[in-house]
Amino acid sequence: MEKRMHQQGILRDVVGLTFKHLNPLYLKNNPVMFVVFIGACLTAAIFLRDYYTNTTSHEPLWFTASISFWLWFTLLFANGAEAIAEGKGKAHASSLKSLAKEIIARRVLDNDREENIPANELRRDDVVRVSAGDFIPSDGEIIEGIAAIDESAITGESAPVIRESDSDRSSVTAGTRVISNALVIRVVSNPGESFLDRMVTLVQGAKRQRTPNEIALEILLIGLTLIFLIVCLTLVPFGLYSGSKLSITVIASLLVCLIPTTIGGLVSAIGISGIERALQKNLLAMSGKAVETAGDIDVLLLDKTGTITLGNRMPVELIPFEGVDINTIAKAAQISSFEDKTPEGKSILEFIQTTYGNFIDDTSFDKIKFIPFSAETRMSGCDIEHVPYRKGACDTILAFVTKLEGSAPSDFKRVVEKIALQGGTPIAISVGNKILGIMHLKDIIKPGIKERFLRLRAMGVRTVMITGDNPLTARTIAEEVGVDTYLAEATPEKKMDFIKAEQAKGFLVAMTGDGTNDAPALAQADLGIAMNSGTLAAKEAANMVDLDSNPTKILEVIEIGKQLLITRGCLTTFSVANDVAKYFAIIPALFIVTIPELSVLNIMGLASPFSAVLSAVIFNALIIVALIPLALRGVKYRPVGAKSLLARSLLIYGVGGVIAPFIGIKLIDMLLAQTGLI
Amino acid sequence: MTLNDWLQIGFFFLILLILTKPVGLYLYAIYEKKPLPKILGPFEKRVFTLCGINPQEQDWKAYATSLLIFNVLGIFIVFIIESLQPLLPLNPQNLPSVPWDLALNTAVSFVTNTNWQAYSGETTMSYFTQMSALTWQNFLSASTGMTAFLALARGLTRHSTEGDKITLGNFWVDLLRSALYVFLPASILFALILVSQGVIQNFDPALEITTLEGAKQTLAMGPVASQEAIKILGTNGGGFFNANSAHPFENPTPFTNFLQIICFLLIPAGLTYTFGKMAHDKKHGWSIFSVMFFLAISGAFLTTYFESQPNPLLNALPISHDQGNMEGKEVRFGVAGSSLFASLTTDTSCGANNASHDCFTPLGGLVLMTNILLGEIVFGGVGSGLFGMLLYVIISVFLAGLMVGRTPEYLGKKIEGKEVRLIVLYVALYPIIILLGTSASLLSSIGLSSLNNTGPHGLSEVLYAFSSTAQNNGSAFSGLNANTLWYNLFFSFEMFVGRFLPILLGLAIAGSMVRKKAVIASSGTFETKGFLFICLLIGVIITIGALTYFPVLTLGPITEQIFSQIGRTF
Repeated sequence: MEKRMHQQGILRDVVGLTFKHLNPLYLKNNPVMFVVFIGACLTAAIFLRDYYTNTTSHEPLWFTASISFWLWFTLLFANGAEAIAEGKGKAHASSLKSLAKEIIARRVLDNDREENIPANELRRDDVVRVSAGDFIPSDGEIIEGIAAIDESAITGESAPVIRESDSDRSSVTAGTRVISNALVIRVVSNPGESFLDRMVTLVQGAKRQRTPNEIALEILLIGLTLIFLIVCLTLVPFGLYSGSKLSITVIASLLVCLIPTTIGGLVSAIGISGIERALQKNLLAMSGKAVETAGDIDVLLLDKTGTITLGNRMPVELIPFEGVDINTIAKAAQISSFEDKTPEGKSILEFIQTTYGNFIDDTSFDKIKFIPFSAETRMSGCDIEHVPYRKGACDTILAFVTKLEGSAPSDFKRVVEKIALQGGTPIAISVGNKILGIMHLKDIIKPGIKERFLRLRAMGVRTVMITGDNPLTARTIAEEVGVDTYLAEATPEKKMDFIKAEQAKGFLVAMTGDGTNDAPALAQADLGIAMNSGTLAAKEAANMVDLDSNPTKILEVIEIGKQLLITRGCLTTFSVANDVAKYFAIIPALFIVTIPELSVLNIMGLASPFSAVLSAVIFNALIIVALIPLALRGVKYRPVGAKSLLARSLLIYGVGGVIAPFIGIKLIDMLLAQTGLI
Repeated sequence: MTLNDWLQIGFFFLILLILTKPVGLYLYAIYEKKPLPKILGPFEKRVFTLCGINPQEQDWKAYATSLLIFNVLGIFIVFIIESLQPLLPLNPQNLPSVPWDLALNTAVSFVTNTNWQAYSGETTMSYFTQMSALTWQNFLSASTGMTAFLALARGLTRHSTEGDKITLGNFWVDLLRSALYVFLPASILFALILVSQGVIQNFDPALEITTLEGAKQTLAMGPVASQEAIKILGTNGGGFFNANSAHPFENPTPFTNFLQIICFLLIPAGLTYTFGKMAHDKKHGWSIFSVMFFLAISGAFLTTYFESQPNPLLNALPISHDQGNMEGKEVRFGVAGSSLFASLTTDTSCGANNASHDCFTPLGGLVLMTNILLGEIVFGGVGSGLFGMLLYVIISVFLAGLMVGRTPEYLGKKIEGKEVRLIVLYVALYPIIILLGTSASLLSSIGLSSLNNTGPHGLSEVLYAFSSTAQNNGSAFSGLNANTLWYNLFFSFEMFVGRFLPILLGLAIAGSMVRKKAVIASSGTFETKGFLFICLLIGVIITIGALTYFPVLTLGPITEQIFSQIGRTF
């Protein structure tokens, strides 16, 4: 019931906008449709004049009336297409937005007291408190606390996610719900300025900023309109010279048929629905240009972890050095990983537990001094009675034992290199100043990722894997998954330099990121997609935000961008190709009285001159309606290389565009002939 | 069509194909090789010092300014010489000064490489005017065409990494090299060949002779060969005599006829190879050549075919009809020699004629008109033809880019709103000035009073004249009396705007493209070579031309054809 009411609401909006946009002030933004508007007004005026003065020297009243009627409908159909696209986008955005509306927020005042205010009155930099069970009232950044949050309202993903202050996952979104713990959040946007609000403006035809490519296309359409305007206007004197007095009605009909109304009427809908398709995939684009740029990307930077491989590496083997008992090393590995809270640490513990059993007994804990894992030291471990147990990257462990006057076992280098060559990560385990053995951690490559890279290559996009691994490991994984190249031992600076170098060669670069240290690179890249879970800095620097925080989604963005361009190009070709048939319908009809011999050009055998002109006008109007679904859905993109893509499009929309109206106009003419009017 | 017709067309295009690469290589060496070969370099330097030329590279604005100033000055000088003709030497016929409107029209005509002639050379221009004003401008207007092409080609092909390169070459250097190293040597050689075949070259006054029937006849004399050579090589087309290349003193034998056709295609064809070399993509050059080649062969074939059909209105007459439509054609050239010449002189913006285009069959005439209306880009004028073709390439690439889902790139450089705006202006310009001019003339009684024919053929004559002047071709359907104030001024406007506005637009595009970084192509980029590209470019050219001119061509030649089939005349 509610859904039906909602749909009725959308329908009302669509119909309302369709008529509202008949306003000439609005139409003048679209010169092609403005010309149709002038034609519709002129024919309507002529109809009224003929009706009231009862003149008989012109075309029959019904003819002028029908032409005028269909010209108005051409306009309405074009407006309708835009309104539907806009309605779809708005409905989508507002369903996300409505989540935030009813929430009551607990705002923290200066004296640390709290007050309850409606969420939509929150201003930027207000501080609010949320506890378990509360909805988050506004987009914000966590300044205190850690909590599990249910984001299913936005992402549709039911598993809760962890959000924490001072981390790369410090962002929260309005409308999501806190499941555990409490948070203090700083509001990051004023009412009406959130990412979602920006998105809603993007799908509104009237406020929409046109993208560079759209502007270029529009100039082409204006040029074509200008040429056809001259062609049609000069036809009047040419007709006079040849003895035919052409009426305004038929000249207006010819003009509207020739100018590219199909693409002119749909171009706005195509642009809006491109953004709407992105939104459907839970991507918030900051501008229409971002979506379009996506289609042009040459180089794609992908973080290895999380994008190409599953987030955490899994241990697959424990290799003791000569003379070391397997249980000794298993115990050392387990105890030194105990305070490693990273996913890897957890998976090591799990691996030891299931493979070798448990070696730790809780009672001796107070004698152990745990040393948690940190990114700076790159190791974790513990001291038991001043004996250091350590686990960590091989070079750091080696440095550690060397400091204690230990040395690397004879096998050390060989084992480490062997693992690196297999694309694995070697982790060294030491007790005292002795390295006991190596743990082989392996990256688990995401299923289906190889096929995606193949598809990207077919699109002409070069993929670059970004990883902190050493070059040897990086190369093996790169080869295994089929990326074109890799950037090993990457730091934020290296990443930035890489982007700049590619851009200097003229390439457009895309990347995803979430951390604050990604922000400069996100801003530098031509297309930066920030994860919704990421920090505010990253989100502000990016031109798209992915609500699902799914780094592989960048591939879909590229396809949406390409689709957007292709749809415009194909419909332009179709629109122009249609003109051939329209000429053959209308030109002989215009001169039938003075040069009846020109009827040899009436190759469609249309019933009468009036029916010929009317059929062409009706076809021209109906083709817009027929193509609305295509404009909204987008022409299907196939990653097959430019040549075959073009050949296909030319065949379907070029050659097809020439043939289709011959059939369509003939059919409409036959129907009109059936009515007996003609 | 006879076997002879087929052989002539086939042989001709074979020779053209063979000559394209050597000519292209020579042109590349002259313009782009640094340093210039052998003695040419030092010689050039001396000329620069002598003329006070600073051979430094110019950006597009400086280049365009030099080009415009130079050509406007040219109009001025030709106008003065024409007006002061009686006071100047080498005027054995004592011809008076040329009326101002005709003088202006002729000055604009020769400066714009149109060589529209509203006058009869032998009865209007003194030898001095012919040589110092008209032949002189033949060299310079041809050279100007080359400069425009060079600047655009450099804008498209130069690789700028940080937007540091913004120059397009130096107008004066390009102009001088074109005149001195391309047109002058070629013209001297060609003139000598022409003289060997019977073309005259003297300063004698006209001969008064008595014909075999005893009638008195004036036989015009003059320095013909020197003007004839550059008229053809520079795709100028302005004849020494009114009869142009149909006159036996301009084009005496079938051999000179063949040479003339080759020579006006030579440089435009060679430039496609030069461009391929400049773009480091010879296949791209050959692809553009193929498009021109295809359109030229199609036009030549269609014209010859239509002209080899007899005029249906003469069917009843007791004459042999297997010759085809021989009205207005020279017997020494026949249908094939005339049709080939006519079709290719309208493809290139040469505009010389060896037959009366007015007398062609309606459909034969339709092909000629279409050749012009496509934009003088089927080989086209020297420099200006490929210049226009490159703009069409950019539109095609823009459309292709949209259809493959990438922001369009040409030679690795992005085509954006700014370029599209300039190109759209270029494409819209010709329909506007041609169709508005034609319709204005058909509406006005002054315009109509020049017509010798009524009905559709009258429309064709006016349309042809406006197309020919706006597109800088210069040939005519001679049935129109163009030497009136109305047409002299109107055509001056058409020629000037049709020549220099596109050059300005093209140079502005060059100025914007030269700054852009070139991207290495990926598999997602549309390649500007090969079969698909050739088809696309042909498709775009024909579609734009057909959609723009279909209605008016229907009322002109197509209606005339239908009428002539049913025997209706006016």
